[in-house]
Amino acid sequence: MDPMEAIRVTFFQECEELLAQLEEGLLAMEQGEHDAETINSVFRAVHSIKGGGGAFGLDPLVRFAHVFENLLDQIRGGVTEAGHEVIAALLRASDMLADHVSAARDGGTADEARSDAIAAALVALTEGEAHGGDEAAPAEFEGLSFTPMTVALDDEPAGAAQAAWIIRFKPHASLYNKANDAVLVLRELGSLGRIEVEVDAEAVPLLDAMDPEGAYLDWTVRLTGEADEAAVREVFSFVDEDCDLDIAAADAAPDAAIDLLSSLLAIGTAGAEAPPLLAPAIEDIIAAAPAGAPGKAETAPAKAAESAALPAPQTIRVDLERVDRLINLVGELVINQAMLAQRVMESSGAGQASDVNLALADLEHLTRGIQDSVMAIRAQPVKSVFQRMPRLVREVGEAVGKRVRLVTEGENTEVDKTVVERLSEPITHMIRNAIDHGLESPADREAAGKPAEGSVRLTAGHRSGRIVIEVSDDGKGVDRARVKAKAIEKGLIAADAVLTDEEIDNLIFLPGFSTAAAISDISGRGVGMDVVKKSVQALGGRISISSQPGQGSRFTMSLPLTLAVLDGMVVSVGDQTLVAPLTAIVESLKPRPEEVRPLGPDNFVLQIRDVYVPLIDIGQAMGFSRTRVDPTEGVALLVESEGAGRVALMVDNIQGQRQVVIKSLEANYRPTEGVAAATILGDGRVALILDIDGVVTANRRVANRRDPPAREPLARTGT
Amino acid sequence: MTQTVLTVDDSRTIREMLNHTLSAAGFRVVTAEDGVHGLDVLQTERPDVIITDINMPRLDGFGFIEAVRGDAAHRATPILVLTTESEPEKKARAREAGATGWIVKPFNPTKLVDAVRRVAA
Repeated sequence: MDPMEAIRVTFFQECEELLAQLEEGLLAMEQGEHDAETINSVFRAVHSIKGGGGAFGLDPLVRFAHVFENLLDQIRGGVTEAGHEVIAALLRASDMLADHVSAARDGGTADEARSDAIAAALVALTEGEAHGGDEAAPAEFEGLSFTPMTVALDDEPAGAAQAAWIIRFKPHASLYNKANDAVLVLRELGSLGRIEVEVDAEAVPLLDAMDPEGAYLDWTVRLTGEADEAAVREVFSFVDEDCDLDIAAADAAPDAAIDLLSSLLAIGTAGAEAPPLLAPAIEDIIAAAPAGAPGKAETAPAKAAESAALPAPQTIRVDLERVDRLINLVGELVINQAMLAQRVMESSGAGQASDVNLALADLEHLTRGIQDSVMAIRAQPVKSVFQRMPRLVREVGEAVGKRVRLVTEGENTEVDKTVVERLSEPITHMIRNAIDHGLESPADREAAGKPAEGSVRLTAGHRSGRIVIEVSDDGKGVDRARVKAKAIEKGLIAADAVLTDEEIDNLIFLPGFSTAAAISDISGRGVGMDVVKKSVQALGGRISISSQPGQGSRFTMSLPLTLAVLDGMVVSVGDQTLVAPLTAIVESLKPRPEEVRPLGPDNFVLQIRDVYVPLIDIGQAMGFSRTRVDPTEGVALLVESEGAGRVALMVDNIQGQRQVVIKSLEANYRPTEGVAAATILGDGRVALILDIDGVVTANRRVANRRDPPAREPLARTGT
Repeated sequence: MTQTVLTVDDSRTIREMLNHTLSAAGFRVVTAEDGVHGLDVLQTERPDVIITDINMPRLDGFGFIEAVRGDAAHRATPILVLTTESEPEKKARAREAGATGWIVKPFNPTKLVDAVRRVAA
């Protein structure tokens, strides 16, 4: 890649981080945090975006960032107070800045009218810039755009206008204190044309009287060339406050005896270098003198030490491809380790505490350690997704005229990078949905005795090896009568279907339920809840809704933490080996005859400590075997399923617990009901990984077949 | 002899850009992410020129320059301030802190390299 292109990529990556930092800071300020570091970090974010944007000539972005930065600078300096109105404007501006960044990245232009309006609002809030301030900013930036200076002409083009300057230049000691040097200035002048240099060393005292850090030389330079006065002054721009300087036009006639130049310059160089040559002596003197400079020297390191106490986690950036290659290799390693363990066991017999077995146990331990560490590399907090939501809430709330407060929780919950990336879309849609359909208008809310401002909660947390994300609102809840009427109207359910409240709520996930009639331009961007459900399922997740009329709705998504490995219980069913996700299993038991009770002609329930749970024969449910396992001869796995509570699954026997590497069945074959994925076992055989909820739902459907046919379409909601 | 430039800037973009431009011009480049980090680097490096940003977390450019000027080992090292501020008071403050010169962002490669060469002994 072209280096500049690579830096451009870096710039936009950095912008993402800075925009997140900006929004985070502003939200903290909204919550009343006004400490210097919060405001500074907000200022720096805008400042850095502007700086990088300038380097890439992104003018609209830079102009906007400049106005934004000015206001922040005043807030930082305490000139402007960051009240509610100001912070609201800053938040809008941060959204706009994000738009400018995306526009610049994608080569488009941001909404200029909106940008101008927001910039004008910022200017209006900026002290002393209310009038004409916005015009000043672009003008300044035009001045900053880089036109190369006309300097450093080695050869003199014939016929160019010749000018001559007499420059008197007497450095002060402060010039050397800033690491400037007269010789450098002379060298720079030399690049403008031919120079004749004279030095007046009259003022140099005798060595014993000389201040080693003093400045005693007085230079006169005659410059002949095309340089105009501005170019000459530019040479002194770094030093003009640390010297006496006089620049005057000389008689333009070139002096014939100019060949003295080189020798004069040599003398000048030697003279000018005198102070640096004395540097070692100077250091000794400073070390010997207790007063003066040391005081200054102490303050800065003290400040530095104080700041250094802040922990800054060290990070490196690694190409994702490398991480994935490592993960794949570790996956293969895990499989190989399992195969090796199995071979050893087969050849030496189980239960032998041989050295080989002990070493194998260590190897397994290590392999797992490597695997966990590798997975942790891909784990990222969901923060990056959560951070985008405040803006969404502001925009959607504004568009539909509702006041909304977003509360987020658990944004540091970590999950695989791919999962994080694909979470954005379903969460976005659920939040839009919550604001648009869930929350009532402020008037309706007040009429219902609720605060005018609605609340949407977005939470994430780990629960039994999965990440659970909830979006809930305190709105009116699902209008069940309307949902049911609509489902009947769309032919999704029979007119006389008898549905529980939960079943009605879940109708909204049916394909074809969401249509334009019920949807405003906010949530109706061609995406229905069925699409949300599909995208969640594609990640191996599930989504459900619960709703309380008048009190709100809650969408719950449950997703696997990683898409690469799974802790599983390896079981035999008929002639098949299956893997049940360990996270779903509550316990395993051998049922006694008296604990198994029939329920209807084909169904059984299992009694576990005074509770009856449905008993599902996996072989039958999956179609592996036609005959039912005798419950008293097999093993029952008590599992927790989403929606149906606890269920007992009958299998022939348990082979053991194992961590398995997930190989997608969807990618390599096709989606199969009741099967989440596949894996390769230690003996090299392929085993299917059970989708417990899929099996449970499929079984409920089989059971429901005997119900009126009206219920059949509903069953599709469960898959 | 290859000259070394220390760049101190919290923006990754600017660091990469400086690194790219200066390396292409034949300088050896060492980088630091803020003033504190810059002072750390100076424990082991003796750059010929230092380029620093002003607005940085932990220790800003002004503080960094003051600390360098107070350090006997580096007090004679030229320091260029890299900043988007073209306002005179920012320059004046940088100057007061001991900056040798400045580069106004956005810079083009020629301007940057010229400025570095100009202060490098």
